[in-house]
Amino acid sequence: MRVMAQTAMVMTLDKCIGCHTCSVTCKQAWTNRAGTEYVWFNNVETRPGQGYPRRYEDQEKWRGGWTLNRRGNLQLKSGNRLQKLFGIFASPVQPELDDYYEPWTYDYENLVASPATDDFPVARPKSLITGKDTKVEWSANWDDSLGGTANTDEQDPVLQKIREQSEEQIRLEFEKTFMFYLPRICEHCLNPSCMASCPSGAIYKRSEDGIVLVDQDRCRGWRQCITGCPYKKIYYNHKSGKAEKCTFCYPRVEVGIPTVCAETCVGRMRYIGIFLYDADRVTEAAATPDEKDLYEAQLDILLDPNDPEVQRAARAEGIPEDWLEAAKKSPVYTLAKELKVALPLHPEYRTMPMVWYVPPLSPIVDLLRGQGHDGEDADVLFGAIDSLRIPVEYLAELFTAGDTDVVTNVLRKLAAMRSYMRDLTLGQDPDESIAEAVGMTGSQIQKMYRLMAIAKYDERYVIPTAHLEEAHGLEEMGCSLDVDGGPGMGQMGGLGEASGRPTPVAIENFNALRARQTSEDPTGNSELSGRVNLLNWDGQGNPDGLFPAGQGDGAARGDAGGSR
Amino acid sequence: MSSVVDILLWGVLPYVVLLVVIGGTIWRYKYDQFGWTTRSSQLYESRLLRIASPLFHFGILAVLVGHIVGLVIPKSWTDAVGVTEHMYHMLALTIGIFAGVGTFVGMALLIYRRRKTGPVFMATTANDKLMYILLVVTLTAGLATTILSLWDTSETSYRDTVSPWFRSIWILQPDVAAMSEAGLSFKVHVLFAFVLFMAWPFTRLVHAFTAPLHYLFRPYIVYRSRDRVTRSGSVPTRRGWDPVGTQDRHNSGYRRSGSGSTRREKTGSGRR
Repeated sequence: MRVMAQTAMVMTLDKCIGCHTCSVTCKQAWTNRAGTEYVWFNNVETRPGQGYPRRYEDQEKWRGGWTLNRRGNLQLKSGNRLQKLFGIFASPVQPELDDYYEPWTYDYENLVASPATDDFPVARPKSLITGKDTKVEWSANWDDSLGGTANTDEQDPVLQKIREQSEEQIRLEFEKTFMFYLPRICEHCLNPSCMASCPSGAIYKRSEDGIVLVDQDRCRGWRQCITGCPYKKIYYNHKSGKAEKCTFCYPRVEVGIPTVCAETCVGRMRYIGIFLYDADRVTEAAATPDEKDLYEAQLDILLDPNDPEVQRAARAEGIPEDWLEAAKKSPVYTLAKELKVALPLHPEYRTMPMVWYVPPLSPIVDLLRGQGHDGEDADVLFGAIDSLRIPVEYLAELFTAGDTDVVTNVLRKLAAMRSYMRDLTLGQDPDESIAEAVGMTGSQIQKMYRLMAIAKYDERYVIPTAHLEEAHGLEEMGCSLDVDGGPGMGQMGGLGEASGRPTPVAIENFNALRARQTSEDPTGNSELSGRVNLLNWDGQGNPDGLFPAGQGDGAARGDAGGSR
Repeated sequence: MSSVVDILLWGVLPYVVLLVVIGGTIWRYKYDQFGWTTRSSQLYESRLLRIASPLFHFGILAVLVGHIVGLVIPKSWTDAVGVTEHMYHMLALTIGIFAGVGTFVGMALLIYRRRKTGPVFMATTANDKLMYILLVVTLTAGLATTILSLWDTSETSYRDTVSPWFRSIWILQPDVAAMSEAGLSFKVHVLFAFVLFMAWPFTRLVHAFTAPLHYLFRPYIVYRSRDRVTRSGSVPTRRGWDPVGTQDRHNSGYRRSGSGSTRREKTGSGRR
């Protein structure tokens, strides 16, 4: 047993309202540069729908992920090592810009610079690739909320598969009423096929926290990773000629704050925590012969952080004590392994993805309500889950390689939670038979409810920080002048305001966030009470409150690096 | 006696070229890892590329092998195993012409594609254009020597002139006399090649130096630990090289709203 730690995320799809805040904030933080206009480290897809890039799930076409060869060993679906090298001069199955979309902006300047004419000036769309006029025809979420899906639904690879399997024709009417959102980031897989495809060996998994990154200095632009990733979450920066991907916001996670997408999620649907897993058994688990057993195999390699044997092995591997503590409190472990309500996305790709999803019950509840039923009655819900095959089959294709039993069980647990908790909320005695019907206990249901409905910031995000003894290795750290009263402190160097070295962004973020999270005042303005508003300051003298209170604040900043 | 020009061209210049190639490559490897890439344009266009790029690359690899055989293996060796001059010549010609023409056609298609596909042309830098010119002239000159030798059999075999000179360079005793005996077409080809080699480390051709042969032997999954070296990230690491195409477009007739000017963060970690 070789214990390793993995940072992972769970998303509860019932709570996703499809607002794209995560996508927008992520883009602002990471990919608002030339060359990455079409790059969405985080995107939100409407299902049924084609996804982004279009039809990325059709692996017969894109050849992403792993497959088993004749001897039952793992092999990249796009070919063995030699085949990959021979195909290096023109990657045969790399998506083109058309499969994503041609990024554009608008010629806003024309609105103000246009000479007087009879017609109103318009801001025409301009391609960000060619700079010429363009026609906007597709984007990262063009079929948002089923927009146009009635015309393109036959292009959803998942629906296609279900159609081929089911004997009766799926009625379009029903599809129109069935919809949910699927936010996607990089899966930070345990067995990443992008990494295995990289000829240069530039993609690596950090042994401390399992985050998968592209070494920008060693990437040579062979672009095999784009084919290799079945989720198409590696993008080619067409300006720098390098591959880029979601970084799990490692500069934030290292100091214990959640990713941008999680931090800004309006529905609070994201959970971040760590798993302990057995690195020695990853390949074996990924090579499980039957696709439908992959979900179980993936659960199997996740280790119980409360098991003394696991703890002993983890310590032997040098996993720090506070990481072991975090693993015990990990919300992702609770949801994925303990309660078994979170499922991996497309386990059949055999990459062991580490972003998990609690499948949505709401399409079924909505349907029941629409038909005049009680959407929170256990029996009605259980019956509906069993009889409404289409949503279940669709979810099973996404999360369990088509095994509907697993999805049904998860949905039944979610349904049981609603009914069970309704009794409690209405002051009645809880009906333990509801819990028993889904193989749970009342206290487990309450734990699930607590985590899914109430969990506060520090319960949703249990992120151990990177270690103090390693702090100097972290980027943006270590200005030796940032001591209390030193010239680097508060951005006051020897040459007046804002001189000296800037405060590293991660530390600034860390302090601002902590102030906001711990402050009584949600706006964080209490920090500023008693301070002079510099906009109104006449520049004369040195009034009280011109500078922040020195002592305590300075000490807090000094240790901000990772000793939490 | 060799003339001064001969000594300069065939005795001195080869070492200048070697210095520039080796020194330039080391310098770029040290200071511009971030710019060290193929800068593939497949994202923009792949229909033509799918034919042209393998044609060019496999062609040029065959040409490379041909050059190694022709320049490195002494005539006495092939004579010893009983390969007659005629046999050798015919073999070299057939393979050479096939590989050469393949490379040439591939390159012509690539240049056509580069010019005719809007986004690809937009992404072409001055550096690229210079590189294409050097590639075209060197390749044309090389192909011309091969084809000319079909008619002009009186010319001394390059295996008695160019090859001994080439081998003598590496033992630091350049055989200037041998090279000055060679035909004009060979001399032109070699001189163009010199210029191409000197430009090599400073163009995107460097990607050839990092051909990923180790891919065949490395493990599929790569684990790496965080850097142990102390490095202050707030101090901008200076590059010794102008960033290749990472700036926003400034002169394309419109402005991007809200985007910063030239940001160069290495997203996706840049630590080794």
